[in-house]
Amino acid sequence: MSAQPKLAPTPSEAPRRFSTISDMEIKECYTADDVAGRDSAAEIGRPGEFPYTRGVYPTMHRGRPWTMRQFAGFGTPQDTNERFKFLLARGQTGLSTAFDMPTLMGYDADHERSLGEVGREGTAVSTIEDMEALFDGIALDEVTTSMTVNCSASIILAMYFAIAERRGIPMNALGGTIQNDMLKEFIAQKEWISPPVPSVRVIVDMIEFCTQHAPRFHPVSISGYHIREAGSTAVQEVAFTLADGLGYVDEAIKRGMHVDDFAPRLSFFFNLHNDFLEEIAKLRAARRLWAKLMRDRFDAKNPRSMMLRTHAQTAGCSLTAQQPVNNVVRVAIQALAGVLGGVQSLHTNSMDETLALPSENAAMVALRTQQIIAEESGVTNTVDPLGGSWAIEALTDRIEAEARDYIERIDRMGGIVRAIELGFPQKEIAEAAYRFQQQLDRKEKVMVGVNRYQVDEKPTIDILRIHHEVEDTQVGRVKAFKAKRDQPKATARLADVRAACKTGRNLMPLLIDAVKDGVTLGEVCDVYRDEFGVYRDPAWL
Amino acid sequence: MSSAPRLRILVAKPGLDGHDRGAKIIARALRDAGIEVIYTGLHQTPEMIAEAAIQEDVDAIGLSILSGAHNTLFPAIMRLMREKGGDDIAIFGGGIIPEEDIASLKQAGVREIFTPGATTDQIVEWVRANVQPRT
Repeated sequence: MSAQPKLAPTPSEAPRRFSTISDMEIKECYTADDVAGRDSAAEIGRPGEFPYTRGVYPTMHRGRPWTMRQFAGFGTPQDTNERFKFLLARGQTGLSTAFDMPTLMGYDADHERSLGEVGREGTAVSTIEDMEALFDGIALDEVTTSMTVNCSASIILAMYFAIAERRGIPMNALGGTIQNDMLKEFIAQKEWISPPVPSVRVIVDMIEFCTQHAPRFHPVSISGYHIREAGSTAVQEVAFTLADGLGYVDEAIKRGMHVDDFAPRLSFFFNLHNDFLEEIAKLRAARRLWAKLMRDRFDAKNPRSMMLRTHAQTAGCSLTAQQPVNNVVRVAIQALAGVLGGVQSLHTNSMDETLALPSENAAMVALRTQQIIAEESGVTNTVDPLGGSWAIEALTDRIEAEARDYIERIDRMGGIVRAIELGFPQKEIAEAAYRFQQQLDRKEKVMVGVNRYQVDEKPTIDILRIHHEVEDTQVGRVKAFKAKRDQPKATARLADVRAACKTGRNLMPLLIDAVKDGVTLGEVCDVYRDEFGVYRDPAWL
Repeated sequence: MSSAPRLRILVAKPGLDGHDRGAKIIARALRDAGIEVIYTGLHQTPEMIAEAAIQEDVDAIGLSILSGAHNTLFPAIMRLMREKGGDDIAIFGGGIIPEEDIASLKQAGVREIFTPGATTDQIVEWVRANVQPRT
């Protein structure tokens, strides 16, 4: 080398404070003393046994690898269908659908509020015809499908059941997951139609319906992912997610359901952030705390009611637009934490996600990252290899205890719905997000390529662009669909949905009939807006 | 403190997405820097934002857009501001916005676009240097 390399900046002389990315202080060295004074056998136990600290299954990834489920969706349903087939052909083992903002907020593509947003952040689905196109040529009884949709989830699920029926596949043969977690929408992701109480009612309708008719389907995926993306700490992610879960269990029991009838089908979705040890401990703590809460609060008897089974996704918010190829490394570390933390299903982010939706090449590297961990790294050869590490066990204990404190504070407020109405989780998260940003600005926390090791650079990777014609095509399709349907029949079906909103009758059978007869997603959501009211952002700062 | 009027900024979140982490951090950083901040909340239409800017008599509008709809939303808001006689209100923004779009948006009159990695200090400094009280 000819040029003298510049030395890295010297650390300041002040005693360094060592903390996780969530700002949890970490000791120099953990010893047996850090985990003394508690019953190790009961708290850690064995994999597949209560309280599931070490994993929900005895053989974990040896017995069954996690599902490699890459979240995909953009443009028209046909565009996304092609991407699904691309991923399946490369060894992906489950599907996961991203819908665009109009679909997620309950507007058809031809609504004026959809202007400029059709097919941009996901794929556009307004009608059953769109749903048919999305899953064209895909065996719905062979692949499990996850659908990330919340306030309009009831209609999307009705469409999914309806297209399966048209293909002669019985509902009880369908496996998959619909996110359908409105409580975390109010807390973090913030796509909503109606206020919390009627939103939860629709979710309980779906839990009840799936329990009776689609027992292999997960009717809700209780999600911490978005809570973390909004800036929460790891402890807050566990606490608010489990509090949301308790909220759904409470409401389903009030509906008259027995905990062991529906709780085995509740599933979870956690974030995988950069802090390797903290993330592994977080997943272990979440499993243990959920198991105890289900047993102690609801007297669950079925072990499956107490098992926290989870999907996980690497942290979008950790990725950088600067030197984007570095994101491949971040994603690998995060995914490894997920695997060591015992997840059942995993999405690895693509390196280009801070710039645009994933290109084919970036999506493939992301999938390959999982395959390398699964088949080359050797970490799946033994279950919970970090179990018994003093540091991991001490962090697990601490995250569990601090998350439990939060849940008890929420109990004292009157439960999670009330806490959300008061803005409690929202404000806690905003505070944590601001604190982290200040730490970044002061360079107390490092993002490589952003606040340290920056270089002058030109964009080096190709990104996927969604062209405006997608919107024109979709708007045309929806208008044509509405023009050719049997209008009186569609009107009558929509009136049935409206009546059920008022009477409290389970909406799902009526929604399935409605979408089959041409009622659109936006039309049902307009009924929800009328009957249940519209929730407005309280805009807390 | 001088008697110069405090800057008033509308931090606005157009579009259907719920990504408000950035908007809230910026709003808070501007407020902590002594600037008066009005935050619209989520899911605002261009009409709602233009109306709020005029009603609140702000000196600038900061738009946070992470939905990919920037090429629709910025021009719509700028057109409405011209129609309402508020074309002297500076418009700036931030979000997930590709490089080549930044150039065309700036050409269309958007004063500055911040992308991920910008610090709150940089944004506060830019506002102080480039936004003047209108009265």
